Amino acid sequence: MWPNAPLFPEQGSALAAEVDHLVLFSLLGSVFFSSLIAVLLVYFAVRYRRRHPDQVGTVVHHSWKITALEITWSVVPLALMLVLFVWGTRVFFYQNRPPADAATYYVVGRQWMWKIQHPEGNREINQLHVPLGRAVKLLMTSEDVIHDFFVPAFRIHVDVLPGRYTTYWFKANRVGTYHLFCGQYCGVEHAKMSGQVVVMEPSAYEAWLAGSQGQPPLASGEQLFAAKACNTCHRPDSAARAPVLTGLFGRPVSLADGSSATADESYIRESIVNPAAKVVAGYQPIMPTFKGNVSEEELVLLVSYVKSLSPAPEVKK
Amino acid sequence: MSHEGEAVVGLHHQFDTTLQQKEAASFGMWLFLVTEALFFGGLFCAYTIYRWSYPESFTAASRTLNIQLGTFNTAVLIGSSLTMALAVRAAQLGKNKLCALLLALTILLGAVFLGVKAKEYADKFEHHHVPGPTFHFEGEGASHAQMYFCLYFAMTGLHAFHMIIGAGLLTFVIVQALRNKYSPSNYNFVEGVGLYWHFVDLVWIFLFPLLYLIGRHH
Amino acid sequence: MKPETTIAGQPASAVAGPPLPVGYARRNYINAKYGAKSWLLTLDHKRIAILYLLSVTFFFALGGLMAVLIRLELATPEGDLFQPDVYNRLFTMHGVMMVFFFLIPAIPGVLGNFLIPIMIGARDLAFPRLNLASWYIYNVGAVMAFWAMLHGGVDTGWTFYTPLSSIYSNTYVVVTAVGIFINGFSSILTGINFIVTIHKMRAPGMTWFRLPLFVWAHYATSLIMVLGTPVIAITVLLVGAERLLHIGIFDPRLGGDPVLFQHLFWFYSHPAVYIMILPAMGVISELVAAFARKPIFGYAFVAFSSVAIAVLGFLVWGHHMFVAGQSIYSGVVFSVLSMLVAVPSAIKVFNWTATLYKGSVSWDTPMLYALGFIGLFTIGGLTGVMLATLGIDAHVHDTYFIIAHFHYIMVGGAIMGYLGGMHYWWPKITGRLYPAFWSKLSALTVFIGFNVTFFPQFLLGYMGMPRRYHSYPPEFQVLNVMSSAGATILAFGYLLPLLYFVWSMRWGPRASANPWGAAGLEWQTTSPPPTDNFHARPVVTTPPYDYPEPAPSEEEVPVVA
Repeated sequence: MWPNAPLFPEQGSALAAEVDHLVLFSLLGSVFFSSLIAVLLVYFAVRYRRRHPDQVGTVVHHSWKITALEITWSVVPLALMLVLFVWGTRVFFYQNRPPADAATYYVVGRQWMWKIQHPEGNREINQLHVPLGRAVKLLMTSEDVIHDFFVPAFRIHVDVLPGRYTTYWFKANRVGTYHLFCGQYCGVEHAKMSGQVVVMEPSAYEAWLAGSQGQPPLASGEQLFAAKACNTCHRPDSAARAPVLTGLFGRPVSLADGSSATADESYIRESIVNPAAKVVAGYQPIMPTFKGNVSEEELVLLVSYVKSLSPAPEVKK
Repeated sequence: MSHEGEAVVGLHHQFDTTLQQKEAASFGMWLFLVTEALFFGGLFCAYTIYRWSYPESFTAASRTLNIQLGTFNTAVLIGSSLTMALAVRAAQLGKNKLCALLLALTILLGAVFLGVKAKEYADKFEHHHVPGPTFHFEGEGASHAQMYFCLYFAMTGLHAFHMIIGAGLLTFVIVQALRNKYSPSNYNFVEGVGLYWHFVDLVWIFLFPLLYLIGRHH
Repeated sequence: MKPETTIAGQPASAVAGPPLPVGYARRNYINAKYGAKSWLLTLDHKRIAILYLLSVTFFFALGGLMAVLIRLELATPEGDLFQPDVYNRLFTMHGVMMVFFFLIPAIPGVLGNFLIPIMIGARDLAFPRLNLASWYIYNVGAVMAFWAMLHGGVDTGWTFYTPLSSIYSNTYVVVTAVGIFINGFSSILTGINFIVTIHKMRAPGMTWFRLPLFVWAHYATSLIMVLGTPVIAITVLLVGAERLLHIGIFDPRLGGDPVLFQHLFWFYSHPAVYIMILPAMGVISELVAAFARKPIFGYAFVAFSSVAIAVLGFLVWGHHMFVAGQSIYSGVVFSVLSMLVAVPSAIKVFNWTATLYKGSVSWDTPMLYALGFIGLFTIGGLTGVMLATLGIDAHVHDTYFIIAHFHYIMVGGAIMGYLGGMHYWWPKITGRLYPAFWSKLSALTVFIGFNVTFFPQFLLGYMGMPRRYHSYPPEFQVLNVMSSAGATILAFGYLLPLLYFVWSMRWGPRASANPWGAAGLEWQTTSPPPTDNFHARPVVTTPPYDYPEPAPSEEEVPVVA
């Protein structure tokens, strides 16, 4: 509602509207209680103004009514806050649970720019073009310090951390260009680490994709896979010393210590930089670590390549 | 440290009775030890998290520690707590000379502890187990061994620093004891220092198994 | 007023001149001894309070100067006044100075030190030498931070997030961190001193439930100081160790977790905000009782609410990290606990307001500050509830909404509480009165200036302006200009007390023992008090805020327009 209210950023997604409703509800409560207090303070200060220098106040003696009053004005605000809590939690869970059919884009943040890679392979700097109505999931990591991906129009921040992937998702429902800010102080040019999210009609997006530069990730990911000699061990033949990667992505994996893990993007990334963490059952822990020998961007390419070796998951409606 | 005009010798002017003064001093020292527990607590928290995350590295790194020296040091420190407790008792009985002797023994045992620690640190330097550009660790569990050693040096280093402060406090108390300052009505300070020393000992009792004994039952 | 103790007769001055007010003391703690050494080596808690007053005022002025420079830069969208790295150092040092060297020590160090022994009927704190040591330790830490500032400062933000602070920053992080570490000891020792004093040194008859709420508030504050400060101490020590000794506890390249830093940092820094506000709440309880001339409504509830805030305050640190990468389930737990911690604060606000009902409400300056506090703290607190709401924080995290929220509490709350307390107890501390007109003007100026400065920032934050930005998109300019204009007004409001308080020391009329007609042991002794606080040891037999019942006719006084 009120998408163009001057004090609210544009609502770029359905979630944005939901957050605005939540805020309005809490604002109503806040305005009510602060006005109540302000009015009472002013009223009492005037009505009971000291009229001569020796005048004293009237003590209100303790009684069960006082205790009841104290309990009431503790419990009622708490109850209202719990309503806010439940609603806020629901919104938050929605903000943090991308749908299974979301298209995965990769974001690498570094001082002081954003590097973005589309699932189709196109690469951008400080800009993210997306089609209207598509669920977009961003897998983000940092090459140095902690950054934060913030699009006011979508009403969420998510921190971008070194050494880990964090997830941001949205589904834009209005065409337009929206601010992208870095939302976690990251050094000298923190204020300049901004960009745009450009939401386009699907046809316009396809046109843009075709026109913009960039190699398809599959080829370059595949090239890296060979260049780093991954294919020495990860081969389809039975003498392989390492698990086969075809069809691996998205499946559960049994580990040597008896537990199991799901082969998602984080698992693939971790297996490259810290292979000892999760050794697959039935294999020796002989994979060397590539930490220091592969950049975050290369990791993104390798993860995309491994992912491409599995069929795409079924789209759930 | 009596001041002129004190109603009772050794009773500071803000207190009404020596009992009140003694209780206040004791309470204050216990509160200070609570702060020390929280101070070390931050390190124990980091240790817990990283040990849980990197069990093989921690086990492998812990194996490189000299368990004989560690056990010896533990016995030395426990012994120093014994001499400390006896020293407090001596002060309480007004036996200043005995107190001074026992405190000197405590410092001596503390010095032995620190000497052994120095040897262990020197060994770490030799084996390139000091975190930083010279760090090198081979074999199983090498991936996060450096994190173990970061915690090893942080925790034992902080502990050793507390012991050095303790030694300084003990020296001061020895000087006071040699001046016959302590008596049944005036030994709060010795007791306070004793509490501090026992606390530092207690920290080591936790550090020893956490750092030296990971996975040793295998 | 029925004093519980007699004020040993202070004869009117034998020297020609207007008669001195009853209870003004010519010989008092200020002139008991002369000379710099008698001040710098004093063991008198009242003199130490004055020493703290001088130190915190200096660092407040420094932090304030940086605020002025920040607001000047932000009046225009481009970063045209300072280079970005200079701006980053400005907001970092503003935060460091204000948080560690003003807000945390000010009320406990000045008002707490001065008043707690007197309010409980003691001659001094339990450990006077430790008290003096606390002041010196504070200065060592503050001078280190000041030195770092003069040599270019730090640019990590006062929150020192890793790996920016531990690996990437090229500024004096270690010096500042050590300064903060040392300053932490000042806090810890003060906390220990207060706890032991309140437990062990109360005068005969001063039971826990006869204590003024100011004392309860400082007791709760001291619990936090003692339990929380050591954790920030080890945390900043580890950042220093990482920079100097490669002990990379937070280094992702060694498998360290930068988010662990945030947990350890906020485990202290959230309770720290209660260290900053609880003493101010204690002041407000005293002001409301005194200037409504009746006991605080719901005394026991207010007393326990201070302790509840201290305890619950340790359980909510994760609300600073909802989007930091911690599990969303942790977020849920921290969110509900954060709502819970709002309840005791709400209890206080309602009880203060209810105290005014059928009170005898004076409009003296301290009461104006108290009324301002209650209103502004309520707004700040309610926005805190909004921030505890996960879905909202995800949007406004690290924007100007957060900045507005905490400035409403710290400036609209804590600083107004501090000023209110200074105006209330100034006659007791110095034996002098200040001009009512100028003090009321300053209260009004501060109130207006504050709101003009910080209310627009709520709007800016929701619109999406991130914090710690030295330049910003032009659509944010109007609100920024408003905020900067407000800052000018606020600065003027702060300057005024400096002027008239200093003026009062030389030309202000002398104060009587109890110029406000208030209850409390501090008003039973002379203004200023003697070195040992009382001429005769008090014995307490009455409840706190023991005002007489009004005469029957007074209750039915009709409203006079």
